[in-house]
Amino acid sequence: MSRSGPPVHRGAFGVEQAHRLLWRAGFGARPGQAERLAEMGLDRAVRSLTRPASTRLTGPAPHDHDGHPLAPRDAWGHDHCWWLDRMVRTEAPLVERMTLVWHDWFATSKSGGPTQTLVLRQNALLRRHALGSFEDLAVDITRDPAMLLWLNGVDNSRWAPNENYARELQELFCLGAGRGYGEGDVRELARALTGFRCDWGDAGATNFRFDAKSHDPGVKRIYGRRRRYGWQDGVRRVLDNPEHPSFVVAKLWSAFVPTPPPAATARALERMYVRGGRRVRPLVEAILRHPHLYDDGRRMAKPPVVQAAGMLRAVGRYVDMTDWAWLCDEAGQLLFAPPNVAGWDDTRWLDTATFRARWKMASYICDPAALKTDADKAAVPTTPAALVDAALAFWGAPPLSATTRAGLERYAAGALATAAQKWEREQWPVLVANALRMLIAMSPDLLTS
Amino acid sequence: MAHDPRACCTEHGRAARAGAGLPAIEAGMPDPAGTGLSRRSLLVRSAGLALSVYGAGRLAGVPAFEEGIAQAAAGPDGSVLLTVFLDGGADGLSVLAPVSDADYRKLRPNLALDAGAGPAFAEDERLMWHPSAAPLAQLHGEGKLTVLPAVGYDHPDQSHFTSRHFWEVGALDPTLRTGWMGRLLDRIGTPDNPLQGLSLGSQLGPALAAGANPVAAVDKAEDVGFWTPGTCGVVGDGVVDGFAAVGRDHLGSGDVAVAQAARAAAFTGAVSTALAPLGADGKPTFTPQAAYPSGDFAGRLAGFAAMLAAGLPIRCATVSAPGAYDTHADQTENLGKNLRSASDALLAFQRDLEARGLADRVLTLVWSEFGRRAAENGSGTDHGAAGIGLLMGSRVSGRMIGEFPGLDRLDDEGNLRATADFRGLYGSLAGDWFGVDPAAVLPGASGIGRPVILR
Repeated sequence: MSRSGPPVHRGAFGVEQAHRLLWRAGFGARPGQAERLAEMGLDRAVRSLTRPASTRLTGPAPHDHDGHPLAPRDAWGHDHCWWLDRMVRTEAPLVERMTLVWHDWFATSKSGGPTQTLVLRQNALLRRHALGSFEDLAVDITRDPAMLLWLNGVDNSRWAPNENYARELQELFCLGAGRGYGEGDVRELARALTGFRCDWGDAGATNFRFDAKSHDPGVKRIYGRRRRYGWQDGVRRVLDNPEHPSFVVAKLWSAFVPTPPPAATARALERMYVRGGRRVRPLVEAILRHPHLYDDGRRMAKPPVVQAAGMLRAVGRYVDMTDWAWLCDEAGQLLFAPPNVAGWDDTRWLDTATFRARWKMASYICDPAALKTDADKAAVPTTPAALVDAALAFWGAPPLSATTRAGLERYAAGALATAAQKWEREQWPVLVANALRMLIAMSPDLLTS
Repeated sequence: MAHDPRACCTEHGRAARAGAGLPAIEAGMPDPAGTGLSRRSLLVRSAGLALSVYGAGRLAGVPAFEEGIAQAAAGPDGSVLLTVFLDGGADGLSVLAPVSDADYRKLRPNLALDAGAGPAFAEDERLMWHPSAAPLAQLHGEGKLTVLPAVGYDHPDQSHFTSRHFWEVGALDPTLRTGWMGRLLDRIGTPDNPLQGLSLGSQLGPALAAGANPVAAVDKAEDVGFWTPGTCGVVGDGVVDGFAAVGRDHLGSGDVAVAQAARAAAFTGAVSTALAPLGADGKPTFTPQAAYPSGDFAGRLAGFAAMLAAGLPIRCATVSAPGAYDTHADQTENLGKNLRSASDALLAFQRDLEARGLADRVLTLVWSEFGRRAAENGSGTDHGAAGIGLLMGSRVSGRMIGEFPGLDRLDDEGNLRATADFRGLYGSLAGDWFGVDPAAVLPGASGIGRPVILR
């Protein structure tokens, strides 16, 4: 790394750091995966994620509770479960995670017009560009049918310009509110982006296309320069705005690290972005190798969908029911239905409302795997410490803070102490083991990564 | 998926549970009245008893939030505000229809209600209650309902999201991140009582988003347990204390995310513990003192009345009324149905509070993000500006705030002009109902007149 490159983590890269990396860059570890990643060392571990050898899905295909295949285009929530399944089964977790980052970034909701078919089509677009060029992504998302419906691109004609997409392209997607543009630029960019149309019929919106006749061919003045901007020129003009690189770097960084980048790191990443032709992969590699990703005090709440996928991965289960749609919805994250065009507010993932929903999610993992008082009592340990270890092993032995471990052992000891009869002394450890699995899943340690 | 909370227990275990008892909290403490009380229900079975336990302040390891709740409950009974949101922009011109306004039938050829179809509105002979709002008319007749026939703000925004946000934050500021009741709770609340601001529903109400003091969401008062697969009895009962204790141990964490997760666990545990006596597994143990209609909204109001009757220290609460009021189409059918559900439940709630002797402590504000366009569009109406607001309670003045502006002086977009500003109303609620300087809660509203709201 040259003198001007961002700093690289030089501390330990062990199982704990591997767990962190797998949660931030994916959906947590499958059993044994963190250990294998730790053996690779930081650089190889990061490259195994940013340059995956395979993007296959492994494991059984998703299905509903009755064993029927999903109908992601048609049935409510099946689209959510279809993507959740990819997160669980993928061999390229960072590709799915970046697809989720872009979904949150170019937040498009099916509640605003696009059908499930169209948001799934957009999902494929986001996946195609997951670690590619931001420029290609910005150009392609501009003509994406779901986006054209969501932000009124199809209502934007030379005769009646609609500013919605032009505004959000600058405010939320590329520059940031009030950074490097004014209201006049919004109006002029909207003119540059005119010309998209679709047809409306019984099947909803179809035949999305650029129609030169409804495009405004005139001269537009964007950021002080006058040109006959077409729609692609208009998008590229936004990316040429000097405020753009810092916006992309800060927003991308915030998907992986909860605190803002140090100024020198930010500058280095911006240079990397501009000189590298707006490629995303090198930025993500640098962020995933940065010391701040591994700092103790910089944990992040797991987004609900990430937690759901991660719990399934940890226990080796697959999408075998569609309840994950309403469960994740209650927890605050139904895929393809972000709350608004600004995406999910990830400062509000954890509160008393969503805590209960996350508890339900964990209970749907623990229920089918629950230990039985009759069949399993011989295999369950009887001391608090050993019970906590056994429950941790259920989740793939993730790292646990001493504070949490002490609290769990206190709970276990208190519960075991209520056993007075012989049969209670035999059965209580099994009940405690089951309860500890839930308490571990809901501890601050596992709600964050 | 079958969720039998007792599935893991044998009959043997169940029988043994009742006799197992629980460790005494403190030596020499009187035994709880009754049998089968778990420790947590003892603590909050009644606020008075909880105080007698906590008042001594000698107990080691007393959970901080249970203590905070108990102490708050022991204070003088506080005033309470419940806000009821009509989601989508309710058509005020249907709730109180201007049947005698000369322009009404011209603007609403299909949707207009017939004169005499609903109860008359005594304060303005031009207006008539929607037939579905008959329970509201009844309350109005008793002087227990104040009507704001055209409430809104200058330069109205017709985005659901933006206008709702203005109402929730109590200012025309798209960037403000704390709710107006959240800021109120920062003044009148405490840092250890998450019940003081309560969302009745599965989402935290943005109007309660506080700067400092905790707030909570409760979907159903009778369903705050935490079902734990493969456990039962005292082991299962202990999980709430278990996660709450782990949360409390992390409250001081310097890591923002850990502290947030810790608060969520600790507050959730405290709320669950406090509400446990009201029911379990969705079966209420409280008895409403009025006949409520069916449905989630009515159930939440009934649960809320029971929470107040139990002495829980709640000051502000939010809830959404059933249905969507964004009636671009099929307005007659949808609005009538939803208005009926809301009105019936609100009347039952008021009667419940009266029967429980709580009616003097509670005000209920019914609001929507905007009204609807005066002219109809097909079978519905488009987004408008000023809409209807209602303030219900035994202490309200019962006199109209603002006036019906008339359909002959609509604004440039054909919308009703506001004759009352919601920020002025909030100011009166802050000042006259909660005794808080309105300027401290409502930035930029000092120049807005504050109406008389109490009798």
